[in-house]
Formats: sequence, C-alpha cells, structure tokens
Amino acid sequence: MMSKIQQEDRLNLAPKKFNMWIFIFTSFMFFAALTSGFIVYVGGSSAHGMNIKMPDAFMYSTAVIMLSSLTMFLAARAAKSSQFGKQRLYLWLTIMLGVAFFGIQLYAWSYLVKNGIYFSNPNASQSFIYVFTGMHLLHIFAGLLLLANTLWRSYRSIEQVKNLYSVQMSSIFWHFVDIIWIYLYVFLLLNQQ
Amino acid sequence: MSTLAVHDHGVAHHEDDHGQHHHKATFLNTYIFSQDHKMIAKQFLITGMAMAFIAMILSILFRIQLAYPDKAFPLMETLLGRFAPGGRLDSNFYLALVTIHGTIMVFFVLTAGLSGTFANLLIPLQLGVRDMASPFMNMLSYWFFFIASVIMLSSFLVQKGPASGGWTIYPPLSALPKAMPGSGMGMTLWLISMVLFIASQLMAGINYVSTILNMRTKGMDLWKMPLTVWALFLTAILGVLSFPVLVAGVVLLVFDRSFGTSFYLSDIVLNGTQIQPFEGGSPILFQHLFWFLGHPEVYIVIMPAMGISSEVMSVNSRKPIFGYHAMVYSLIGITVLSFIVWGHHMFVTGMNPFLGGVFMITTLIIAVPSAVKTFNWLATLWRGNIRFTSGMLFAIGMVSFFISGGLTGIFLGNAALDINLHDTYFVVAHFHLVMGSAAIFGMLAGVYHWFPKMFGRMMNERLGYLHFWLTFIGAYLVFFPMHFMGLDGVPRRYYAFTEFESMKQWLSVNTFVTWAAIMSAVAQLAFLFNFIHSIFWGKKAPQNPWESNTLEWTTPVEHLHGNWPGEIPTVYRWPYDYSKPGAEHDFIPQTVPLSQTMSSNLPHDFEDNPVGLEEHTKWTSAQKSNEEVK
Repeated sequence: MMSKIQQEDRLNLAPKKFNMWIFIFTSFMFFAALTSGFIVYVGGSSAHGMNIKMPDAFMYSTAVIMLSSLTMFLAARAAKSSQFGKQRLYLWLTIMLGVAFFGIQLYAWSYLVKNGIYFSNPNASQSFIYVFTGMHLLHIFAGLLLLANTLWRSYRSIEQVKNLYSVQMSSIFWHFVDIIWIYLYVFLLLNQQ
Repeated sequence: MSTLAVHDHGVAHHEDDHGQHHHKATFLNTYIFSQDHKMIAKQFLITGMAMAFIAMILSILFRIQLAYPDKAFPLMETLLGRFAPGGRLDSNFYLALVTIHGTIMVFFVLTAGLSGTFANLLIPLQLGVRDMASPFMNMLSYWFFFIASVIMLSSFLVQKGPASGGWTIYPPLSALPKAMPGSGMGMTLWLISMVLFIASQLMAGINYVSTILNMRTKGMDLWKMPLTVWALFLTAILGVLSFPVLVAGVVLLVFDRSFGTSFYLSDIVLNGTQIQPFEGGSPILFQHLFWFLGHPEVYIVIMPAMGISSEVMSVNSRKPIFGYHAMVYSLIGITVLSFIVWGHHMFVTGMNPFLGGVFMITTLIIAVPSAVKTFNWLATLWRGNIRFTSGMLFAIGMVSFFISGGLTGIFLGNAALDINLHDTYFVVAHFHLVMGSAAIFGMLAGVYHWFPKMFGRMMNERLGYLHFWLTFIGAYLVFFPMHFMGLDGVPRRYYAFTEFESMKQWLSVNTFVTWAAIMSAVAQLAFLFNFIHSIFWGKKAPQNPWESNTLEWTTPVEHLHGNWPGEIPTVYRWPYDYSKPGAEHDFIPQTVPLSQTMSSNLPHDFEDNPVGLEEHTKWTSAQKSNEEVK
C-alpha cells in the first residue's frame, strides 16, 4: 500500500513543477522588496544617489546571460525531442555561460572597488549595487547547481519523464534568473545618476 | 487503483517478493522524519503547543514584575539566576521577555503552530488528496521550524540574554551589537532563527498552494471547498508573497550589523561619547520593509482561525454557513487589502500626512470584509440547532474576541487618534484581543474539533467547558483594563511605569490583571491534561463524531499513509448541506450524489447541469401528480 502510494507520488510531477512557479513568485517578491527599499532610501534625501556610471562589464554579463537563456531553451527543446546528445551539449554550454556570467559580475565588483565604490559605504545607494548583484549571484549559484544536477542525471539512464521534468525545472528557474538580471540592470541604469 | 486489492491479497509474501520497493515503517520514518502530512500536522501542533506554554510562562514572569515592582521573590532568583538578581527581574531581561513572548506567540505559535497544524491536516483530508505536492519539502518545513524553535529558545542560554528590542526588531537597537545587552549574541540568534523559520514557512506555503490548486479530488471544484481550505489557501498565498520581503529587510539588517553598511543607521552616538561611523541610513526604511510583511502577518495569523471557526460553527449549528460566497470574497478582500495598509503602523514616524491619510482609508476599508464575516457568523448561529461542543464554544469565543478587538482597530486605524494611542497599552489590548486571543481560540476550536481525526480518540467535554470559561473570562479580565490604561497614556514595554507619579494609580489594576493572567494560565493545565490524557485514554472516536459533511470524516479512524484505503471518494456537492429541507438526516456528506437525495434537491443545485435539472423537474412534477392522486 505505502509503496504503491510512494510510486504514485514519485510520478506526480505536475504539482512539483507548480511548486517551482510559486517559488519564482517568492523570489520575485524578494527582489521587488530590495528595489523598493532602494526607492524609499533614495527618496529620503536628495543626497542619496548612486552618482556613478555602471561598469561596462554589466553590459557584457547581460549579453552572456541572455545567450545562456537561448542555449537553455535549445537544451529543453532537445530534451523534448529525445535528442540526449544535443541536450547534454546545450546544458554544458548553459553552465559554462553561467559560470562566465558569475566571473564577469565578480570582475565588475573589482572594477567598482578600484574606483572607490565600496560595499561598506556611508552612501547606502552604492551599497545597494552590491546587494542587488550579490543576491542575484546567489540565485545564479543555485541555478548552476540545479543545471549541474540535471546534467548529471542525463548521464545516468533515467526515465524520459523524469529527465524532461528535471530539464524543465532548471529551465524555468534559469530563465527566471535571466529575467531578474535584466530587471535589475535596467533598474540600475535608470538610477545610476 | 485496482492493484490495491492485489496488494492486500498478497500481504503474506509481499515482503520477500517486492523487497526493493517496500519502505519499512520504522520508528524513525513514522514519528521523526515522517513525510505523512497527518504526522507532520501532529508534529507542528505539539511543537507549537510547547512553544505556546513557554511563551505563556514568559508572560507570567513579566506580569509578576508589573504587579509587584518593589517585591523580591527569592524563588525567581533560584529559577532565573543572573536574570533576576536579588529575586527581582532585571530590567533588561524584562525587555527580553516581552520580545521573545511576542516573537514566539506571533510566529512560532500562531503562524507555524496554527497554519502548520491545520493546513497539513486539513488540506489533503478535506480535498481528497493522498499527500502534499512534495511530501519531502513538507518534512523539511517541519524540521526547519523545529530547529528555528530550538535556536530561538537557546538565546536564553547566552551570557547577555535574548534579543530585547521588541518583536519588531527596529534598528538601531537591532543593528548595533553594542546598543543594549540583547542586541549582541541574542539578536544574532534571533536573526538566524527567523531566517530558518521563514524558509520553513515558504516551503510549507508553496506546498499548500500547489496542493490546493493541482491535486483536488474529482468533483472538488474551488467553490466546493470548505471554508477552512479557502482560508488556509489565502493564508499560504499571503505568506508566500510577504515573507520574502522580510528576508530582504533582514538581509540589509545583517549587512548593517556585521559588514559596516549604513542602510538603516545614521548619526549614532553610543553611551554619549562613542560616535559611530554610520551616515545617511534610514531606520524608517526597515519599518517599511518590516511592516510590509508584518501587516499581512497578522492576517496570516487570523485567517486560519476564521476558516476553522466558520467550519466548526456551521457543523455545530447544523446550518449551512451563512453567505458562503460572501465569506470567500471577504477573505479575498482581506488578503488583497492587507498589502496596502502597512503604513498604519508608522503614522507617527514623521510620515507625510497625506500618505497617512491614504493608509488610514485603506485600513478602515478592511472593516468592511471583517464586518461581513462577523455578521455571517452571527447569522449562521441565528436559529441554529446549536450543539455546544467544546470546539463550538471556542469558535464562538473567537467571534467575540474578533468583535471586541476589531472595534478598537477602528480607533487605531485613524491617523489623528493614533498620535495619542500609539505605543500605549491601548494597542496592546487591541491586538491581544483581535489577533492574539481570537487566533488562539480559533486554534483551540480546531484542536477540539479535529482531535478525533488526529488521534482517533475524543477529548473530555467537561474539561473542555472548564478550559473554555476560565480562558474566556480570564482573557477579557486581562486585556479589557488595558484599554483604559492606554487611554490614560500608559506606554507599553516599560519595566516599572507605576513608579511615575502620574501612573501610580495603575498599580492596583496591574495586580488585578496579573492575577487574571495567572488564572488563565492555570486553566491551560486543564487543557494540557485533557490533551495528553485523551491521546492515550480518551474514548475511542467514531467514524464521524460531529456528523460533519466534509471528506476528512470518510477516512478510517486508524491512520494510514495515503488516507483512503481504496479509491479516493468523489465529491458531488458543497460542504454545507446541513438541515436541508426534505433530507432524511440533518447532514448530507459531500460524497453523496444528488441522485440519492431527490427529495431534498433544489433547482439551484443544478447550475451548469441542464441534464440534472431536467431530471429534477421530472421528479418534482411526478411527485406533484402523486400528491393529486392521493
């Protein structure tokens, strides 16, 4: 009886996928709270502004992560049509682009530090840049773990249902962190002066 | 499902044949790391109750200080050691007691204890689901909650005591480790505990929403769900949307505490001489982020209690809930409005008066759905065939507290009156009645009502009555006088305000309130004894002890993983067909098809069902012609 139910439960994947969608809402609320916090902070005094130009590195990282969304999409399409070789290739590409994004963001931080914009800063608007990008990097890190898990599973012979489920889960999340980055970048650009 | 029969048939050689699929029920995976929602519900309930008793004892401790500010109690020093030197409560420890009492009650008891218990128990059982969307996440949610509880309590063991800046942890007290004794290690533990707690609530909430939207049994459309599930559903949505905002606030707070940023800090001087290097931060920013969660949080606390009371009152009045749709829409109204009223906690922070006016209007609008609910409860009781079970008494008590506490909300929601009333005992009285007592009574109603479902035994009714009357009268005696103290300007959270010349006369009231609190606390022992005794030695529960319509009473009394031994029942009607005219009994369970109750069907039972309606008209006209023949 119990094993029967566990069997059933294991294949009941649609509600679990729905869990991911709700998690995305939670995550979105988190970033919405941070950016609203920024708006409230800046509104508090005319002296509170970012007063810098965003480093060019952010432009490159944006390009990289958008490209990774494309490869993620291709991986998901390959998974749907059971082309596992292609699926693995695109997953590898997505992960590598993700790592590259991570690297570029860190480089952007070092650039900011070199120009005297520190995290620990009496002007918290500038600290907010680190908070936005740092919290986003945490999500990128989680996404990379998710992708690595999907890739690892695709090398073991698991049922196609579960392979597809795994790909879709990481794909939903990866597109989300991509979109969140674009949102954050646009937000930073609009507020940089 | 047909394979089930085969399974039962072959139990004897089941073990050796399908060894690889069979998960043995060990002590560890049945009682400790259980993934069964019913066991997780019990875990939440018992942990929540333990936390409630602890928080109650904390409140008695600070009540003793308020009643006898000059007296020394040697026993207190024996029990509390350095926190009560010479038998008198330390003033910093008083603040810690107030803070941890609030934190535990709001988050650990009335959020996790209440939602955790009843969402886990009722969502699958009342919707006809075998288990949650992700049982594993559900288990994790409990264990995060448990660890958070342990960490919160462990802050009593650190040298300088627990966090003491109030449960709202406003900076700078929470942001500067040196600000007061409780701002050091105690505050750090508070933050760690709350982060784990929020993770637990998010995992739980995500699971509840997903289960309700995806896994209902056949026939259970949204408008056939019991109000308990509606309330728990909207509560989960509130939690999922508002807790992340608190995380954001807490993340920035942690940066201020440990990384030297200045999000919330500005122009700080410690001990009169030490100038701190923080500039330009805004403590009000934290309040915005905190109350954006904090206000929905009070509805996270009260809405499950509302759902439980609606269900319990309908069952025990033997009447359909009055205005089922209105009840749902008012819950939705409260959910939506709760996100746009947070500013009423901040009227006196120097907020723009125009903005204050906006928040005042949105706040007062909440009175509308609240009043809809209150009138519907009263109308449900009106001319009902009331059965005064313990659960019913507590549900009625919940309505009483909600009314008397809600009325003062109208005063407090007013930006102008708030100048006088903010941070006084008037506020304390208001929220202890409207969300403290009301939510606790809703929770107790649920415990009495669903105890047979959880433990397969009945609770003692007489002890239940004793518990109810002592707690009900006690709670009013404790909180009602506080209104008058607040109107007189007595501030909350003060260690010994009766030492002020102008407030001296309140000492006698304080003594009275403390003894009333002690009486209500002692009354809880009746509940505790009843609860534990009934688990082991209570009367065995029948299948459907309250003659209720909902699905949970169709499951076997003995629990099994998966809830229903055979196929999951199909649902044919809404859950409130009590005392339907023409019906054989005064209740018709949701699993009874309309075709079996021809004599009680009404035309509106067949909305969107033309075939059924045709059958119904045929049947009624046949009945009429039979009458004529007679």
